[in-house]
Amino acid sequence: MATQKVISRQTGVEDTQYKWGFEFDYESDVAPRGLNEDIVRLISSKKGEPEWMLEWRLKAFAHWNKLGNEEPTWANISHPPIDFQDIIYYAAPKSQKDGPKSLDEVDPEMLEAFAKLGIPLEEQKKLSGVAVDAIIDSVSVATTYQEMLLKAGVIFCSMSEAIKNHPDLVRKYLGSVVPYTDNFYATLNSAVFSDGSFCYVPPGVRCPIELMTYFRINELDTGQFERTLIIADEGSYVSYLEGCTAPMRKTHQLHAAVVELVTLDDAEIKYSTLQNWYPGDKEGKGGVYNFVTKRGIARGKNSKISWTQVETGSAITWKYPSVILQGDNSVGEFYSVALVNNYQQADTGTKMIHIGKNTKSTIVAKGISAGHAQNTYRGQVKIMPTADNAQNFTQCDSLLIGDQCGAHTVPYIEVRNSTARMGHEATTSKVNDDQLFYLQQRGISLEEANYMIINGFCRGIFKELPFEFAAEASQLMRVSLEGAVG
Amino acid sequence: MTQTLARYERYLSDLRGLPPAGPSWLQQTRSGAVERFSELGFPTARRGNEKWKYTNVGPIANTPFVYPFEASANGLAPADIQRVVPWDDAWTNLVFLDGRYSELLSSPRSADGIAVMSLGEAIASGDPDVERHLAKYADFDDDGFTALNTAFVADGAFIRVPDGASVDTPIHLVFLSTDRGEPTASHPRVLVVAGAGSKSTIIESYVGLQSNRYFTNAVAETVLLEGSQIDHYRLLLESDDAYHVGTARVRQCADSTFTSRTFEKSVGLGRYDLSVLMDGPNASCNLSGLYMTSGTQHVDNFITVDHAKPYSTSRLLYKGILAGKSRAVFGGTVWVRKGAIKTDSMQSDKNLVLSPDAEVDSKPALFIYADDVKCGHGATAGNIDKNSVFYLLSRGIDLETASRMLIYGFASEIIDLVRVDSLRDQLERLFLESLPSFKFEF
Repeated sequence: MATQKVISRQTGVEDTQYKWGFEFDYESDVAPRGLNEDIVRLISSKKGEPEWMLEWRLKAFAHWNKLGNEEPTWANISHPPIDFQDIIYYAAPKSQKDGPKSLDEVDPEMLEAFAKLGIPLEEQKKLSGVAVDAIIDSVSVATTYQEMLLKAGVIFCSMSEAIKNHPDLVRKYLGSVVPYTDNFYATLNSAVFSDGSFCYVPPGVRCPIELMTYFRINELDTGQFERTLIIADEGSYVSYLEGCTAPMRKTHQLHAAVVELVTLDDAEIKYSTLQNWYPGDKEGKGGVYNFVTKRGIARGKNSKISWTQVETGSAITWKYPSVILQGDNSVGEFYSVALVNNYQQADTGTKMIHIGKNTKSTIVAKGISAGHAQNTYRGQVKIMPTADNAQNFTQCDSLLIGDQCGAHTVPYIEVRNSTARMGHEATTSKVNDDQLFYLQQRGISLEEANYMIINGFCRGIFKELPFEFAAEASQLMRVSLEGAVG
Repeated sequence: MTQTLARYERYLSDLRGLPPAGPSWLQQTRSGAVERFSELGFPTARRGNEKWKYTNVGPIANTPFVYPFEASANGLAPADIQRVVPWDDAWTNLVFLDGRYSELLSSPRSADGIAVMSLGEAIASGDPDVERHLAKYADFDDDGFTALNTAFVADGAFIRVPDGASVDTPIHLVFLSTDRGEPTASHPRVLVVAGAGSKSTIIESYVGLQSNRYFTNAVAETVLLEGSQIDHYRLLLESDDAYHVGTARVRQCADSTFTSRTFEKSVGLGRYDLSVLMDGPNASCNLSGLYMTSGTQHVDNFITVDHAKPYSTSRLLYKGILAGKSRAVFGGTVWVRKGAIKTDSMQSDKNLVLSPDAEVDSKPALFIYADDVKCGHGATAGNIDKNSVFYLLSRGIDLETASRMLIYGFASEIIDLVRVDSLRDQLERLFLESLPSFKFEF
């Protein structure tokens, strides 16, 4: 167990390359470039979707057209305008066409690819204790541990399967947290989403193993638009992990996902992300545009939603995992480490919307900027008139490495209830010279000293991650910061 | 678009009615501002407009305000003014009625290069400092209110403290709005030039004499040359039905110190947009404010500190007491530009929300482009601490007194910062008189 790696990253510190930059060499089934109603219909028919699903997609597409192709510009990021007609909206590994019934039918090349990534797709690796849904480009290729989950009553499958096999649940909850009119990218996603993970935990069930979705963009010029929906019914608990990589490309790739979480009475969802999309090269060429809408609604009383994210990849990250605290006594948490280097840009944070009584939220965000990168924390805490005795605590710290980078903090605090208690604090500084000096005079190299301090800076977040992920995260930081310190 | 224009036609026709007074450089600036205003109007579209996210200026845009071409004729005596605004005969007082300088009520001062006078007179006399500094700091390119004010520049206050001079008596500018039977608009303008190494104390008061509706659109420009020091106080004592939009632009040269204390006690809809540019190394500013709102008042403080040069220090502390159905907005932004190393900045906004119907929106933002800096911010909102009330009750103090003590204690942190004794005493009285009552339920 201790030696198990979820995403194996046998990276030496001396190696500065993005380790997940290889391409898989298998045939894939690709839709024509561009976006129009036919593409939306094509995606829907490729997936053999029922009529109601297609209608929903078309409604979203019509709304997206109304938005006039103008992406939002309020975030503190800059990029050339995206040509939405120059993107491939659907790509699937060809062998997937007939749908593998079991892992034996999965393209061996793909299995090897996942082995290379260290994703334990093969079910014989029982020891890993993680159920994985692997998604390449737009399609879920394999979901492991189905049997064990089924025994517990947990539904964990790809979104396409869920639409086929559990249409009632999907219809009830899809778009209930992030409606298709929510924002530009969420609308786009609603129209063209190809796959994603679906999870339903029935009342009173504590999901026996950690669930994981592994995302990978492989095809050139494709966008990935996955949609994840997790529902924790009364009194249930689930811990869900998400990992992402992409090959190295000179051009930018778009990733616009939507994640919706719903907790009913006394339920809890713990959602952890290790985002390591290709960040682009040292000059800022290439890399993934990661424009993601993630939101959970703590609908039931005493329910809890906790987001933990470690964001080290992507050329641009635009992501605000949020919680709507609707149920009385519900709890929302957001723990984040966002690390940017070279020419990466991140505008990330959270929203905590307090509606129910005695609701509580905690936000701890750590930002690290190095090279020419720009890092922005943008968060909103809104306490509605109904949220008596609501409490919020927010802490945002930024660390700057080098004099060419930037760190920004933009919190929005809206209080409309006099019994609320909320506090926000933020600090920004560089790595403390005295601390570096202290470590160096103990015989630790400057580089190692920097890593130690940065690791300590993020420790509070890492400890929120599941055990295997925490070690990964710390290693990932080191690789991402390669060359920036010391 | 045509509808937008029609809304502002009144201002434009008033502007056409103004005599084309002043030197050519001023006429040029003014006509540029007229043009810009006719394009911009007021920021009524709030979608995507971060600067006006929480404040709706629709009511200002929709009210047809009259520009008073003639000075107010009602025979005001100094005693009438002292009733509504902190006053001390020992101060150098300049009084403006509906935006126009009142010779009768003012005690201007001009000796040894010190000037405390009407801006209109300073323009007429061709003072080189006016041409050098007026309209140089308050950019109206993307600000309709400043454009409108600049278009109307004719009168206001001009203060110059020469190099090395130390002015001990506070300079008090009183902008008084009277009731003329219909909603009026005034566009007061202030220009302050603090010479190198000089020291001065300036109080700006915006006051409503009656409880009528009017619109004050004030713009103040202040430049602090090397090593100068200004203690600045700004009082908002407008009528409960008044609209007030104040814009202040401060440019600090090396080693200068700017202290600003803002007291916002009454206004219907008030906005104070203060922006301090630290344009030389070693500059420091200390900005604080106290806003007390009740009824349906809306007060918006929009404070920007721009650290453009290294070794500068800024401190911001704003506190709010909210009662009734009022709403307070705080937008604090600190910029640290590339190369502005050793910047030391701290800002905080603390709010006491006493009523279930009040709302506070706070947005303390940091934008940092240099690494060797120390920056932080904090914001809080909450009610009076129950334990503190209980402590006082257990000492035999009744509930009402206990609450008042705690609310006043919260406010006094800012009031105690006032370094002009007579002003502090009068402010203390003003705020104590109108402290909102608050009943705790145990």
